[in-house]
Amino acid sequence: MSSSKATAYLRGISASPGLARGPLVRLEEGVRTGTRASASGPDEPTRLRSAIDAACAELTALMQRAGDADTEALLAFQVAMLQDLVVTEPAFTAIAARVPPEQAWLDAMELQIRQYDSADDLYIRARASDLRDMRDRVSRVLCGATITPVPAGSIVLAADLPPSRFLEMSWEGGGIALTGGSAHSHVAMLARARGVPMLIGLDPGILRVHGEALLDAENGMVITSPDAQTTADFVARQQTLRSGRLVAESHLALPAVTASGERVQVMINVADGAELGNLNPAWCDGVGLVRTELLLRDQHDLMDEAKQYEAYCRIARWAEGRPVTVRLLDAGADKPIAGYTVDAELNPFLGMRGVRLSLLHRQVLSTQLRALARAAALRPLQIMVPMVTSPDELDQVRQMLNGTVESLAKEGLDCARPALGMMVEVPAAALTCDLFEADFFSIGSNDLIQYVTACSRDSRPLAALHDPLQPAVLRIMREVVQYANAHGIPVSLCGDMAGDPRCVPALLEIGLRSLSVAPAALAGVKAAIARYRSEASEEGHSA
Amino acid sequence: MSHDEGAPRATGFTVLTHEHGFHARPSILLTQLAKRFSAKVWIGLSDNGPWTDAKSVARVMALKAPRETLVFFAAEGSDAADAVSALVRLVQSDFASSKDQ
Repeated sequence: MSSSKATAYLRGISASPGLARGPLVRLEEGVRTGTRASASGPDEPTRLRSAIDAACAELTALMQRAGDADTEALLAFQVAMLQDLVVTEPAFTAIAARVPPEQAWLDAMELQIRQYDSADDLYIRARASDLRDMRDRVSRVLCGATITPVPAGSIVLAADLPPSRFLEMSWEGGGIALTGGSAHSHVAMLARARGVPMLIGLDPGILRVHGEALLDAENGMVITSPDAQTTADFVARQQTLRSGRLVAESHLALPAVTASGERVQVMINVADGAELGNLNPAWCDGVGLVRTELLLRDQHDLMDEAKQYEAYCRIARWAEGRPVTVRLLDAGADKPIAGYTVDAELNPFLGMRGVRLSLLHRQVLSTQLRALARAAALRPLQIMVPMVTSPDELDQVRQMLNGTVESLAKEGLDCARPALGMMVEVPAAALTCDLFEADFFSIGSNDLIQYVTACSRDSRPLAALHDPLQPAVLRIMREVVQYANAHGIPVSLCGDMAGDPRCVPALLEIGLRSLSVAPAALAGVKAAIARYRSEASEEGHSA
Repeated sequence: MSHDEGAPRATGFTVLTHEHGFHARPSILLTQLAKRFSAKVWIGLSDNGPWTDAKSVARVMALKAPRETLVFFAAEGSDAADAVSALVRLVQSDFASSKDQ
């Protein structure tokens, strides 16, 4: 299209993955203050009042077709703010002092927005863009301006995109390129939910660019004025991506089987059970990890046996008889609980966390074990102990569990003795797994990788060093899997690595036949398993 | 917080356990509930104030109360006691009662 211009590559940060090709369309933003040089009259407050009411009505209409609870909540926030006298009153006061309504409204909103912009909390700061959106909607109505629709299939260019504008547009084939924006913003969430590719943090220079462009939110770049070859390559990648997604989706409801016909167990990781609402239990082979930290948020929850029992039963009932593995409270390090975890440790990831804390707080541990043993009477349930380093720690938990079951029986309460297994995430435990009396192993790859490589999980400069596929990590995992398989001890892996289709072949190759992944990763992981043919079977069992 | 001698008053407090503190949804639910009562209702992060209008979503969010903070309620008016106990219950339920609606 713009063959005279040179192809340019502009870097951005991906907030929603995918590829889009189309014309760059600059979104007009904000609203210039009306040029109406009107003196304040008796109708001015009424004009603002009706503009606010009209904006509320528009937002309420958008809410009805939002389709998800989060979006509804976001629009409800704008409506609640518009109906809050604390927010609107300063504008009416200014109008009474002869400030034109357009200006009075902008000033009043600026007061609110400034508070949000300066917040430390990322979530609160991201709400500033919701407030700008709400401000502009009212301003538009006040000025009588209308919005020019953006043609479908465009790459929308803007400093930031308000979520309500997102909802008003058709995104089939299109994408979003923002110079500002935040991956935590609501529009980023919407874009991810609806599969619209989106980049943020692009150079503001892009706002002046026109013509055809390629938005590559897989690699974080916009390619402007692409030549024919670049475009052709891009279109080919789009097709591969699309068919890959279709293939993955077609695997979701099917059991996971490798290309050589071997069945692989794929379970899901669950935080507090709230995510199970839209999930069909038949899509997975059970729950490989229930993270109880989200169920147990404070000291009160820690001692609330009834609440825990209810929560475990709810998850177990959902699973309809499929096995459910509950991890004992894994607090500490990045998961503090006031009054339970130890404050101000110099190196919290090497400090009091997981079972180390549980053994310090026996009352809390005993409460959780009671709730679990009672829930186990209802449906199959097993218990997994996090951060085990030495066999003695697991022995202590086992003794407590046996004692718990005995006393529950004495009290005449229904209970069962759940299997007791351990997370393998401390290298010391991985290297000596034969010394532990565990009913099953679950490899916690997130921590194991960071402990084996001495690299913090969230350090970007160290990303290459804590690559899950590096040989030291795979070798130590293979030791565990081979020992477990040779002795008939069930072994699984429940870290992020299991949910990464790129890692799946390596995990199957070291002998794992059970993975536990985030629900969103189910389809992709099953598709990766279906593509896998073991090296041994390819070589005709030469190994 | 102004005192109207003679009007019934009530106070109460609880721990805010919501994962994100007073973010948008909890703030909206809290103010919607507060508005159902005719009493004046305030919210604060200590038992001696400063007190904030619990019927204003902007004010409640501006508290920026993180998770695990104590929140205090005070109300003044004929249904003050009901207002305080309803608000305490809403926070204690982790705003769950309205989650599924």
